[in-house]
Amino acid sequence: MSLLALQRQMAAALMRPLVAGDRIDPQAAVYYIKPNDRLTSLERLEIYSRSYWYRLFDSLYEDFPGLRAVLGQRAFQRLSKAYLTDCPSQSFTLRNLGSRLEDWLRRNPTYAGGRLALALDMIRLEWAHIEAFDEKAEKVLGPEDLLELGPRLRLKLQPYIRLIELRYPVDDLRVKANAASEEHGAASNTVLKRKAGSLVKRISRMDPENIFLAVHRHDLTVYYRRLPAPEFALLAALRQGLPVGKAIDAAGDISPRQVEAWFAAWAEMGWLCPWSRSR
Amino acid sequence: MPANRFNGFTDYAVGVGLRIPHYQHILENKPLVGWFEIISENYMVDGGRPLALLDQILEQYRVVQHGVSMYFGSAEPLNREHLRRLKTLVKRTRTPWLTDHLCWGSVDGTYSHDLLPMPYTFEAAKLTARKIREARSYLEVPIAVENVSSYAEFHVSEMTEWEFLNEVVERADCGILLDVNNIYVSSRNHSFDPYDYLNSVPPERVAQIHIAGHSKFAKYILDTHDHPVIDPVWKLYEHAIRRVGPTATLLEWDDRIPSFDEVHAEARKAEKYIVAPLVVAP
Repeated sequence: MSLLALQRQMAAALMRPLVAGDRIDPQAAVYYIKPNDRLTSLERLEIYSRSYWYRLFDSLYEDFPGLRAVLGQRAFQRLSKAYLTDCPSQSFTLRNLGSRLEDWLRRNPTYAGGRLALALDMIRLEWAHIEAFDEKAEKVLGPEDLLELGPRLRLKLQPYIRLIELRYPVDDLRVKANAASEEHGAASNTVLKRKAGSLVKRISRMDPENIFLAVHRHDLTVYYRRLPAPEFALLAALRQGLPVGKAIDAAGDISPRQVEAWFAAWAEMGWLCPWSRSR
Repeated sequence: MPANRFNGFTDYAVGVGLRIPHYQHILENKPLVGWFEIISENYMVDGGRPLALLDQILEQYRVVQHGVSMYFGSAEPLNREHLRRLKTLVKRTRTPWLTDHLCWGSVDGTYSHDLLPMPYTFEAAKLTARKIREARSYLEVPIAVENVSSYAEFHVSEMTEWEFLNEVVERADCGILLDVNNIYVSSRNHSFDPYDYLNSVPPERVAQIHIAGHSKFAKYILDTHDHPVIDPVWKLYEHAIRRVGPTATLLEWDDRIPSFDEVHAEARKAEKYIVAPLVVAP
């Protein structure tokens, strides 16, 4: 048996979903593994299979506290198992494990129960959070970059900023769910979980609305900032690479004073960078 | 020894694994630590808190990079994106040497995120050695490979684990990160004498040593890094130091992590073995 054939066989076997009692699927192929005086071939592979699934479950569990709150623990576990079966990791880092979750859930909506739109909003927010946490920061726009200030000037947004549109106020929910998750084991945990749970029920009964959110970073901490629709549109246009004048036009009917205030706020938060072709 | 071409001719002594729960303590109290080992993958990002904190550590401490997902033993080629990011980090940390595991963990682009055991075959040794050489050539830093704990053996194996280790490091002309806890764990799981393993390791290739704790179950031992080092592992360590000489030593503690002071104190137990070891012929 070649090295590649053995590795394909073993990977396929250990990545089979665990069965009842968190045991390895007895159908997994293990003929290439030696038994010893204490463990069968299957039991030896089971050590690796359990390790694989627990490690990946833990990673999703930590990355998506808001989705856990939306779905509940059991539904989240079912979703994790199905997602990881369909979309095993294709990155050297577990940081990217949830990168395909939104697309996958759109194709497999039953795993969201009756809360698909809410779950998709939360996944979009939590993935944006992961990206905003460790994406690159570029040189902040300075006075020297504004010598050619005018409608043709192009500006960049900081690469770590994510602009997302939501239908539900999952930003509030995520903050509460994460607090409950981080306080794991503390006396206040139960209270926080209860608060997050009641917020899920309240939000899931709300009528959908348009919420425009910037997920950004300040002093190495990720924040969520709700934006008026025109401000969101202007930022999105700048990100697309439109010159400032055209970006303002694309944002709709907004007053020069409002535009000035937004640019001042963005500059203060360090959101703007000098233009360069490599976007 | 220990300064050799596989650890950049350095003379690092006892170090501690840099872990998130200890950041604040380290940055506020600046404890006297020989060096820190970082998990490379935790810092192979483009920005944000991980790199900002790493930069603060680098201002005050020596850092050595330890990887968990290069997968030299995977039959597929090295991941170019992984290598590119790793090289960027190498330039940032100026790590004198770099380590990863003698294992596989990915196939056809799918990652297990585990350290899976190698079949000890000549085919696997050749491929693994070629990939180590390729990585070293690209990264331009000495590489040492770590023996892993294992729970399974393969029918196709043509040699013992230590023979396989020697075959790989000779072919790759690379160093060894000798994990004495892993030797102990595997010796119990596969019923071999850990001293046979230790005595076969070429001392001149040992760049670094790992020590750690583990968990015992009814039918096997699991390498959990969540306990202090047990006496039989300290004895193995003492034997290793006698053969190899005083060598950069790192305590790994990755789960149920106690206070920094507790981890540091456990690591410093190694000092009594490496201060004035009796070097004997292999």
